[in-house]
Amino acid sequence: MSDLLVAPPAPPSRRRRDAKRPPSSKTSRRLRAVAPYLLVLPVVVTLAVALGYPLVRQLVMSFQEFGLAQQFGAEPEWVGLENYKTLLTDDATWAVIIRSLVFCAVNAAVTMILGMAVAVLKTKLSTWVRIVVQSVLLLAWAMPVIASMTVWQWLFDTQYGVINWLLVKLGFGQYAQHSWLLEPMSFFFVATVIVVWMSVPFVAFSLYAALTQVSSEQLEAAQLDGAGAWQRFRHITVPTIMPVVYVVSLLQVVWDLRVFAQIYYLQGAGGLRSQTDLLGTHIYNLGIGQSSYGMASAVAIFMLVLTLVLTIGYVRKLAKED
Amino acid sequence: MSRKVSNALGLVVALVWVFPVYWMVSSSFLDSTQVRSKDPVFWPFGGDASAYGRVFDDSFLASMRLSVTVTLITVVVALILAFLTAIAVSRFRFRGRKALVLTVLIVQMIPAEGLFISQYKMLEGWHLLNSILGLSLLYVAAVLPFTVWMLRGFVEGIPVDLEHAAMIDGCSRTRAFFVVTFPLLAPGLVACGVYAFLQAWNEFTLATVVMSPSNRTVPLWLRGLTTSSNAAIDWPGVMAGAVLVAVPVMVFFIIVQNKMTSGLVAGAVKG
Repeated sequence: MSDLLVAPPAPPSRRRRDAKRPPSSKTSRRLRAVAPYLLVLPVVVTLAVALGYPLVRQLVMSFQEFGLAQQFGAEPEWVGLENYKTLLTDDATWAVIIRSLVFCAVNAAVTMILGMAVAVLKTKLSTWVRIVVQSVLLLAWAMPVIASMTVWQWLFDTQYGVINWLLVKLGFGQYAQHSWLLEPMSFFFVATVIVVWMSVPFVAFSLYAALTQVSSEQLEAAQLDGAGAWQRFRHITVPTIMPVVYVVSLLQVVWDLRVFAQIYYLQGAGGLRSQTDLLGTHIYNLGIGQSSYGMASAVAIFMLVLTLVLTIGYVRKLAKED
Repeated sequence: MSRKVSNALGLVVALVWVFPVYWMVSSSFLDSTQVRSKDPVFWPFGGDASAYGRVFDDSFLASMRLSVTVTLITVVVALILAFLTAIAVSRFRFRGRKALVLTVLIVQMIPAEGLFISQYKMLEGWHLLNSILGLSLLYVAAVLPFTVWMLRGFVEGIPVDLEHAAMIDGCSRTRAFFVVTFPLLAPGLVACGVYAFLQAWNEFTLATVVMSPSNRTVPLWLRGLTTSSNAAIDWPGVMAGAVLVAVPVMVFFIIVQNKMTSGLVAGAVKG
């Protein structure tokens, strides 16, 4: 769903629970064997119904001709890999895929760099400034996506937007009455500004917390041994914060790949859909817009596989900790 | 870099990140001439609160009712289900446990955008499009993986020995669980509930796909303010709407966020 969260907390160290189990009767032992299955049943059923079934159905649809005719009752026609072939040979689809990947890479990179810069900066501030920065980032982080979108649309407004006003004041006269959303490049610039603004607080908070874990004794000891600032950073700070950097950047990549609300919103506010679609809005337009469910499913499966490939390492690591 | 330079940079960062939030509140108090003035009005307080009256109408209240209902259902159902599973996964050894944990982890990474087409088709087939039940079902499924994962962390943090001690004192296993473990679990349940609440309340993508314009959650209503008519957008009204939608959840989020982030960082650093 939205980006508000935070990766799962790793489980605290585990204890063997069966070690000192008090003696129990035969029936209670039988109950104990069935109990876990009864307990997990509701979750398993819910996930199977709301996610598992659609997933299977989507996979099936992606191998079918499933369009308007099928919407009106015709039998879906089995077309094998036809949809995927179209997907991989169609220039427009490739344009969407490449646009999505570039958008994702740029946004994740800018967010990580800015987030890291803010986190490092926070370690060098006077206490009161740090509290100010911290509170402000928290405010921005807490803004619901759609509320932020309306504010940014207003900030970038052609006629009365404060950004155009400021640019004109700074001497860029051409920005009077400038429409930001008409040109694809400028559309994506606005989208990037918004996505980065929304994402930096989470990154800055996480990385700052990681930086405070760096042992000051180690740093001092290294300094006494003659290590320079760069060496201390490279050999002490970086290894300490690396796990957090890894998790946070992975989450950024996954979130920026699936970005939907912001693009959809900006398209509605004046963007040219055909030149600004990313994977999420493309799937939406294919399916909900054009009732081309077969193609939409194929693109969605492509997106799922891409996400899976990106995250499999992280999932493995978490599963191992279990 | 000297402390002064850092502080100055810090204040610039603060200014950039606070300005949109400030601008939302400030613009909501503009009157119709101020909003069209040549230079923006930067300090309008003491201005005009009529924008709030304009947006606080029946459609807003209807969307509030819908959002409150769907959110409550999501929070309550997800908490109960996740709680049961968390107990099973962390207090029992059973066949399939590992597979379940792995599934939960993978599902957590699945983007809504990668499934919403077939979820739409599914609800359409069941005549649940544009319904509270349909939307709640998708929301519960969307928040479950994370709530299960988070709650199980909390349950495992409570030593099972405490329960055994109570049992030696004569409690039954179930009673021991509810007397000893359950109260210790309260913070975990609150954190999960808050997470589910914020997710369901702010969710936009699935609501866009599944609901129709006659039946809008709060985020859809807010978006409707900037797209509803051909007339010029009523910016003070839109900003007043954004304030109504955002400020309560922002306050809530700020109170609880500390608990939720510390989990991530502690885990990642140790791991």
